[in-house]
Amino acid sequence: MHKESEIRDPLILGNKTYHDITRDIARPVEGKANKYWWILFGLSLVLFLWGIGCIAYTIGTGIGVWGLNKTVNWAWDITNFVWWIGIGHAGTLISAVLLLFRQKWRMGINRSAEAMTIFGVVQAGLFPLIHMGRPWLAYWVFPIPNAFGSLWQNFNSPLLWDVFAISTYLTVSTVFWYIGLIPDFAMIRDRMSKTISPMKKKLYTLLAFGWSGRAKHWQRFEEVSLVLAGLATPLVFSVHSIVSMDFATSVIPGWHTTIFPPYFVLGALFSGFAMVETLLIIMRKVVNMEAYITIKHIEYMNIIILFTGSMVGTAYITELFMAWYSGVEFEQYAFLNRATGPYWWAYVSMMSCNVIIPQLYWFKKIRTSFIATFILSIFVNIGMWFERFVIIVTSLHRDFLPSAWTMFSPTFVDIGIFLGTIGFFFVLFLLYSRTFPVVAQAELKTILKSSGSEYKTRNHE
Amino acid sequence: MNKKILYAIFDDEEILLESVKELRSKEIEIQEVYSPFPIHGLDHALGFKETRMAITAFIYGCLGLTFGGLLLYYIMISGIGKSWPMNIGGKPNFTFYQNIPSFVPILFECTVLFAGHLMSLTYLFRNKLYPGASTKSPDPRTTDDKFLMELVVQGSDLEVKQLLKSTGASEINEKEIEDE
Repeated sequence: MHKESEIRDPLILGNKTYHDITRDIARPVEGKANKYWWILFGLSLVLFLWGIGCIAYTIGTGIGVWGLNKTVNWAWDITNFVWWIGIGHAGTLISAVLLLFRQKWRMGINRSAEAMTIFGVVQAGLFPLIHMGRPWLAYWVFPIPNAFGSLWQNFNSPLLWDVFAISTYLTVSTVFWYIGLIPDFAMIRDRMSKTISPMKKKLYTLLAFGWSGRAKHWQRFEEVSLVLAGLATPLVFSVHSIVSMDFATSVIPGWHTTIFPPYFVLGALFSGFAMVETLLIIMRKVVNMEAYITIKHIEYMNIIILFTGSMVGTAYITELFMAWYSGVEFEQYAFLNRATGPYWWAYVSMMSCNVIIPQLYWFKKIRTSFIATFILSIFVNIGMWFERFVIIVTSLHRDFLPSAWTMFSPTFVDIGIFLGTIGFFFVLFLLYSRTFPVVAQAELKTILKSSGSEYKTRNHE
Repeated sequence: MNKKILYAIFDDEEILLESVKELRSKEIEIQEVYSPFPIHGLDHALGFKETRMAITAFIYGCLGLTFGGLLLYYIMISGIGKSWPMNIGGKPNFTFYQNIPSFVPILFECTVLFAGHLMSLTYLFRNKLYPGASTKSPDPRTTDDKFLMELVVQGSDLEVKQLLKSTGASEINEKEIEDE
């Protein structure tokens, strides 16, 4: 058994046994949803339906119903796409990178973070799909033998790299998530009695894939998890690097920047962790996971937010410096316009939410408070949305020809689709929190003796 | 001779691990161990070989890399490249060699795609896990908080039972099996 230092804070609170962990994790699945769950679910569902309506309207009428124009031909769609993809990065970071670094605190949160990743990437995928205008031809992005002569995809285009990166990311993350879920579904299956809920029993039997927990299976399980983590780690970094190349390989001032890949990856982790916090601070209350998702977990995440937030801030300033230092007047104007032009308010929101506000996490009082963390995480979510808006719209709206200069304003359809994806995301997450084991209980049991608070005090007596 | 299956149940993974080591040193064969979570060192104690999952991942990754390379070659170089040789943004598709920098992302993604998925499928296949498979754990508590050791005993089981009890088994159940 691994021993752990006495001064390290426990990761599982209270006097828990293995059976208590089983019971606590299975409770939300076995019990009935409370009032708050139904209220949240209802609200999300309404938003989701509204979003579906707006999507149907867009597809039926055409992309003209959005606020795009000839100068600003990419706006909320790609902003939302990058925002959601970014949110999707924390999950794999928690479950893969932290596994490679043997960080025990990942075990309380990795399941939900990874669920958030998958649901976030689903939302992200919607935007390019809708923006195609004819989504029923979406399969044209894949290199499938076709009857169009030698009509193939252009593999030199970063947009196609995106297709590969995001499909790989979505599917590999889902598999990684599911491999970990199998033993936990088996746990729920074995608790369900055949007489009380035959349908549920059947469902979880199906989901558990006949897992029995043999020693050889566990040996393979551990190796497969480790290798998948090793594969997912460079994958996470590649995905957002490639997303950033959608911009960086173009020749638009404000986009054509070599700093983009690391800057986007850090920004993605930054916003992803903020969204994990927003969700988990609510979830630990709603499904009673206070013993497993503790303030220590939140504090660790806050430290990552502080670090990545400062790195993102450094990137913003580097960009400004390089624009000036390059001596290219277009580049210089793009950044001057970004900070002081008609979209100055978006730039200010970005700077304050992403760079200044997270600095509050230097104070221990703030980073160890649930309420403060919740509020700050909302700021970061907003700030990171503005970051993408600033990069995309301010670089486009004043292009090379002043007669073409214009402003962008979203229509109700733009707003409706964005709100719809938020609704969809929460619908998925709320359904997940009632049907899935929200904490990786099998893995959590392995750290109970080294990091459980009762065991820790007992070990040192 | 009548054979018996013994199911020894333990409450704690450390006790189980010690018991496994004790039994193995007495050269008693352990059929299987079921546990609710991976136990560190159990595979060595049971004398398992190293799993080869990582090796399969490497092979599948190589396969993915090759697939990606061929895909890109046939589409971009011998396909489009022959019909419409182009040099856009310093990315000429005249030869594979010249075009390779912009192929790196997709080659990488193909490698990960193949390695991740095919290894996971191999894992499910080797463990005989599939939707609809029925559980083969002799006791449903093994996914909760109990650790179960399965032994096949021929003849008298008294000695084995005593050994199990003395090494910390909390309960022992048995099942007769018919001779084949």
